[in-house]
Amino acid sequence: MLHATGVTKRIGGRVVLDRVDLDVVPGEAVALMGPNGAGKSTLLRALAWLSPPSSGQVTVGETRLPAASPGARSQMGVLLHHTFLYESLTGLENLVLHARLHGVADPKRAAGQWLERVGLTLFAHEPSRTYSRGMQQRLAIARTLIHRPKVLLLDEPYTGLDLDGEELLSGLIRQFRDGGGSVLMVTHDLETGAAVSDRFIVLVRGRVSGEMAAGAVSRAGLEELYRQGRAKP
Amino acid sequence: MKYLAGLLTITWKDITAEFRTKEMSTSMGIFALLVMVVFGFALRPGAEETVAVFPGFAWIGFFFAGLLGLSRSFVSEKMNGAMTGLMLAPVDRSVIYFGKVAGNLLFMFVVEAVSFPLYIVLFDVPAPQRPGSLALVAFLGTLGFVAVGTFLAALAANTRTSELLLPILLFPLAVPLVIAVVSMTRAALTGDFTDTASWWRMLVVYDAVFLVVPWLLFEYLLES
Repeated sequence: MLHATGVTKRIGGRVVLDRVDLDVVPGEAVALMGPNGAGKSTLLRALAWLSPPSSGQVTVGETRLPAASPGARSQMGVLLHHTFLYESLTGLENLVLHARLHGVADPKRAAGQWLERVGLTLFAHEPSRTYSRGMQQRLAIARTLIHRPKVLLLDEPYTGLDLDGEELLSGLIRQFRDGGGSVLMVTHDLETGAAVSDRFIVLVRGRVSGEMAAGAVSRAGLEELYRQGRAKP
Repeated sequence: MKYLAGLLTITWKDITAEFRTKEMSTSMGIFALLVMVVFGFALRPGAEETVAVFPGFAWIGFFFAGLLGLSRSFVSEKMNGAMTGLMLAPVDRSVIYFGKVAGNLLFMFVVEAVSFPLYIVLFDVPAPQRPGSLALVAFLGTLGFVAVGTFLAALAANTRTSELLLPILLFPLAVPLVIAVVSMTRAALTGDFTDTASWWRMLVVYDAVFLVVPWLLFEYLLES
């Protein structure tokens, strides 16, 4: 579903991503791990074609970026560090905006349904600037999923969520994956994030340094791998 | 159809946000009225020299008021990375540009529609002889200003000195437009359109150039 080959990103002469190859098949959730500055967020932005790679190829479904990137974008749900919310718009209006831009049929109804799923119905008509960080994250999750994407790119999606929010997000990720979707998630959370993942990829200094199936490694092994990656020259 | 729907969605978003915050309309409206007050002290209502310079200071008022609006028009897109959210929509990215242009155009038209009759009354300028032509000149002049201004506002938005950079970039580019629109407004007020064909052409070509160039470049501007 998501296929990247030789993705390289240079910023100001510095190589931030170095020939990254990546595959996430339908029905699979992959956790992308690595130390700070490894290039994880840059990789997600490159895959979403927000910051196009200097070289390499990215394919989403049958669509190769960027030739038909609007088509590919409709298949992607992207949640980065920022929530992408307009603070002067209400929660409902924020979701309606993104639903309309993605061509969702009956945007208001879809927005209402998603507000209910993320537990924000009571706050639907409040400007999003009045939301707590966790509520904004819930709204951002609804914004990411409202157009029924096939691929999810998530950058530390558990940020700001309370325990209920973490459970809600884990449930949505599992449901999405079990429905045939592909998930690539950047996480430092070896507990919650790893629990919903089928496979781990460790990125160090812009290179894929290790990769393993979730069943093949214990929590301690995962921590060890994480530390080894961090210590690599 | 999808293109138009996306464009209207972005314009709807800007109008809804503006209706709630009144950030742009308040600053633009107050500025346009302040210009009237300041020039009111300097010029004698109904005097020949007042009527002669009226088109010039009217458009100075509109363009400076418009500049205030343009400098605020990408503030909401910067907060929470909202522009990135728009970039992820499966529409041609020029939709974002034209959606913003439509919103800014509407805000400027409202300011002009309220201020211009007040200007005419306060300075005792004769009513326009050709109101239809005046409306067309106002449309073409405002469209050109907003087209180039919106593009430059997007360009300046990612710099730390965006509010300083925008006028520095915009006003030199707007000089031909200002000259043409002031000349055409004078002609519409007096009803004398002799030798104005070149100004009409200038307005139309200016608008066409500054709608086409951003349409071609806006995606690169966003990605960079």
